[in-house]
Amino acid sequence: MELVEAIILSVLAASTPLLIAATGELVTERSGVLNLGVEGMMIMGAACGLGGTWLTGSIIVGALCGMIAGMLLSLIFATMTLGLAVNQVATGLALTIFGIGLSGLIGAGFVGERIATAPHLHLPSPTDVPFGGRILFGQDGFVYLSLALIVAVRWFLYRTRAGLVLRACGDNHVSAHALGYPVLRIRLLATMFGGACAGLAGAYLPLAYTPFFIPGMTAGRGWIALALVVFASWLPGRLVIGAYLFGAVSILQLHAQGAGIGIPSQFMSALPYLATVIVLVALSRARSGGSTTPASLGTVFVPDR
Amino acid sequence: MRNGFLAAVAALLLASGVSGAASAADKLKVGFIYLGPIGDLGWTYQHELARQAVVKEFGDKIETTYLENVAEGPDAERAIEQLVRAGNKLIFTTSFGYMDPTLKVAKKYPNVHFEHATGYKRDKNMSTYSARWYQGRYIQGQIAARMSRAGVLGYIGSFPIPEVISGINATILGAQSINPNVKVKIIWANSWFDPPKEADAAKALIDQGADIIMQHTDSPAAMQIAAERGKLAFGQDSEMIKFGPQSQLTSILDTWAPYYISRVKAELDGSWKEQDTWGGLETKMFEMAPYTNMPDDVKKMAEETQAAITAGKLHPFKCPVVAQDGTTVECKGGDHLDDGQILGMNFYVKGVDDKVPGK
Repeated sequence: MELVEAIILSVLAASTPLLIAATGELVTERSGVLNLGVEGMMIMGAACGLGGTWLTGSIIVGALCGMIAGMLLSLIFATMTLGLAVNQVATGLALTIFGIGLSGLIGAGFVGERIATAPHLHLPSPTDVPFGGRILFGQDGFVYLSLALIVAVRWFLYRTRAGLVLRACGDNHVSAHALGYPVLRIRLLATMFGGACAGLAGAYLPLAYTPFFIPGMTAGRGWIALALVVFASWLPGRLVIGAYLFGAVSILQLHAQGAGIGIPSQFMSALPYLATVIVLVALSRARSGGSTTPASLGTVFVPDR
Repeated sequence: MRNGFLAAVAALLLASGVSGAASAADKLKVGFIYLGPIGDLGWTYQHELARQAVVKEFGDKIETTYLENVAEGPDAERAIEQLVRAGNKLIFTTSFGYMDPTLKVAKKYPNVHFEHATGYKRDKNMSTYSARWYQGRYIQGQIAARMSRAGVLGYIGSFPIPEVISGINATILGAQSINPNVKVKIIWANSWFDPPKEADAAKALIDQGADIIMQHTDSPAAMQIAAERGKLAFGQDSEMIKFGPQSQLTSILDTWAPYYISRVKAELDGSWKEQDTWGGLETKMFEMAPYTNMPDDVKKMAEETQAAITAGKLHPFKCPVVAQDGTTVECKGGDHLDDGQILGMNFYVKGVDDKVPGK
């Protein structure tokens, strides 16, 4: 029982950065913007998040620094793709490379510095309930925040007028524009939201996971977040399933190895990707109806006056 | 070998990674190719420390240049050639995966000398060098067996290649020399560098009952998890005590400086020759970090073992070595396994309750 609880705790921690980053990217893509720079924005968030906390001692300041760093990077992307109508794929890739380089430069000052990790919630009686207590009431703030975030995003996209307009921009920017909606401004805001989320997700790594900064420490998690959005067919509910499934399989495969069940480790390492893709694709197949891909995703929009 | 997705992406940044500027032509120019960022706190960081030691030793007689984040493969060839064209006469390529690119460039530029780390291909202007880290792992195995209450060691591997497998075997043989019933749990990260994943692996091992964490991956993440959970651990490549002041028992430190200094010196006085160097404790190719967080008698034992290995009185792979399937391994090196057997090791020794992945 204790082992099961320990595994669930590890899974929640491993899934949270993916969920936060993917939530932001989902909103961005729903507005019709494909920002492949998630990895770059995440690693910037990691560098600036650790820097902020290291300088001030406050986890919240660190998290904010990470969000601002991600947002600033997304502004560069927005300037290029929305302002200058540059190709989004190329710009996003460049943003990742830029972010990795710049984060190394920023992080050089505090490579090897340690901080105290984000405290975990502790409510005297509920947290101490055996099995389940720590899972429900003993997480760090980011875990609760990530769940609140995805609920809020789902509500926003499907229950508010602004969310409907945002989706309209992603599905048909010409019509949205013709109806008088400021397509570029909406996309700008969605891109900035995506940047802030990616930055926060990156900051989660040094603030709550491994309390130090090393260049390249996101190790490809931004790309996984991007893939999750696609395989979740741009639906928030499935994104949660995808992120937790990925986290769960990646932790379970480690436990399976430790227990020595004899399946080649190379296959086990591939398992999280395989399992997530298969489950999410199966879910999409089961659902009747049209594609949920934002129809204008990745296409440049230049408003004619 | 030490490959990573990030390294591949970041290699595109190559041009910006060139440090130092061309100047006086009479200085010997020495180039270095690094796999990771110099701030990785591990593998690349240790090579960078050695480069700094070289600079300190020879001062303005030489000029050094390094390229960091160079991906293994075709990119590396371009990077090495770039250093040649910039006038470097001695070039260190510091990862296994640079082997073929280095050889290719070496054939093209016979007047430039190359030094390749951890590989096995040589040419008249290309030397190889590596360290016998398995010696250190044997000592770590002994310490682990003494310090573990549960008798269960947790081992985080990178990739199931001979270097890592021989490290696991040396650890187990060391541990068995103290406690024949010691158990080891092995988790492969299938990555040299992925701090959150290394942390997850350490958590999984501890959750499964291991109380000593050993690693053959590059970041201090596992050390930090051990510290968080109040367990003991060994560092890797670098001094990692900062991440586990109450946890680090010792760490294998890659100390390339003496070798680099000797090779630059040879280049300066014209005595550089192609050679294969596989040094251990006896030549200070690596060192052990101070033995900490252990009682005095364990420390004494570790120091005695270290002295015995240094003096050549003790070989971690002394015969008979019994493989996992119960067969005794042929003893090609007299009273111990020979270098070829260690360099190509692809089996576990008896006592490892796991299978080599993919076998």
